[in-house]
Amino acid sequence: MPPLVPKSGDAVFASVERVNAELFTLTYGAIVRQLLTDLEEVEEVNKQLDQMGYNIGVRLIDEFLAKSNVSRCVDFRETADVIAKVGFKMFLGVAATVTNWDAEGTTCSLVLEDNPLVDFVELPDTCQGLRYCNILSGVIRGALEMVSMKTEITWIRDMLNGDDAYELRVKLLKQVPEEYPYKDDD
Amino acid sequence: MIGVGKPKQYGNVLDKPLSRGRQEVSLSAFAFLFSELVQYNQTQVDNIAELERRLEDAGYAVGARVLELLCHRDKGNRRETRLLGILSFIHSTVWKVLFGKVADSLEKGTEHEDEYMISEKELLVNRFISVPKDMGAFNCGAFVAGIVRGVLDGAGFPAVVTAHFVPIEGQQRPRTTILIKFAEEVLRREARLG
Repeated sequence: MPPLVPKSGDAVFASVERVNAELFTLTYGAIVRQLLTDLEEVEEVNKQLDQMGYNIGVRLIDEFLAKSNVSRCVDFRETADVIAKVGFKMFLGVAATVTNWDAEGTTCSLVLEDNPLVDFVELPDTCQGLRYCNILSGVIRGALEMVSMKTEITWIRDMLNGDDAYELRVKLLKQVPEEYPYKDDD
Repeated sequence: MIGVGKPKQYGNVLDKPLSRGRQEVSLSAFAFLFSELVQYNQTQVDNIAELERRLEDAGYAVGARVLELLCHRDKGNRRETRLLGILSFIHSTVWKVLFGKVADSLEKGTEHEDEYMISEKELLVNRFISVPKDMGAFNCGAFVAGIVRGVLDGAGFPAVVTAHFVPIEGQQRPRTTILIKFAEEVLRREARLG
């Protein structure tokens, strides 16, 4: 079989089925609202959003790999590039940019100018400290964990708090080598 | 340099220009999000009726906002005052914006004067959902029923809205029907308007 050519983010996005972003935005808003009503503590909500994102990420990675035909990434730089250009574009319809690499090449920033999750959203004073888009950090963490990379994701800039863009800091903690689940001598 | 600068910062979200509504996300992103919504709610309730109610409440919030958005953007701030008007608004405009197509059918109930049904062969939200046998008649369409109830309530037509599976001859998956039962006052007002 000839090697599959990796598709660009735009091409993959054009080939998947799409829905109106507003339905997505409003549904996400309903989820955050439910969490705030149930949990009441902003930190708890942040954690729950991250957990939900993690659950999504571990399943999303399968679909991502299947539909986008990307080949194995050689290093973390390539991984970050692929997430920003293909991953974000394919699912959210917006591409992110990768900036601010540190000296070792294990930490970088993903910057999002446009974010469909936060259309129409304004945070009230009672919810300062709420990381509204925390589901995104969970998704990336979950997806990368499934391809053997343990990462730590933090929010640097948040437009809902007055910054001019969304910036996620992605730090590669370690590469976990894949373990063969069966013992050879069984 | 002309044309270069930071994107304009809006102090108030209400000052931001409203988008034209053409932006899209992938269906799977929505499906994943919806599945997390259902899974989270499953941990918070003990029985199916509660689960449906919670999904409906989530949908209600969406519906209220969709009504505001569409009235402002697509209808030039005119609001529907007649029953058939609001029903066809939901059946065509709301469905088209949210799900990309108009609803399959809008029918008036034969047994009761105050019942109307919007049917859909396969609701978008149910596409990737399979309901285990032990959950009986649970339908994630309760979310969509909530959206419809939110739109109706916001427009001044209080109603009870529920989602049901209706098995159809020759089709493997049952059709989903959103049953709308209007409150007394709506029918009285409608009769008065003639």
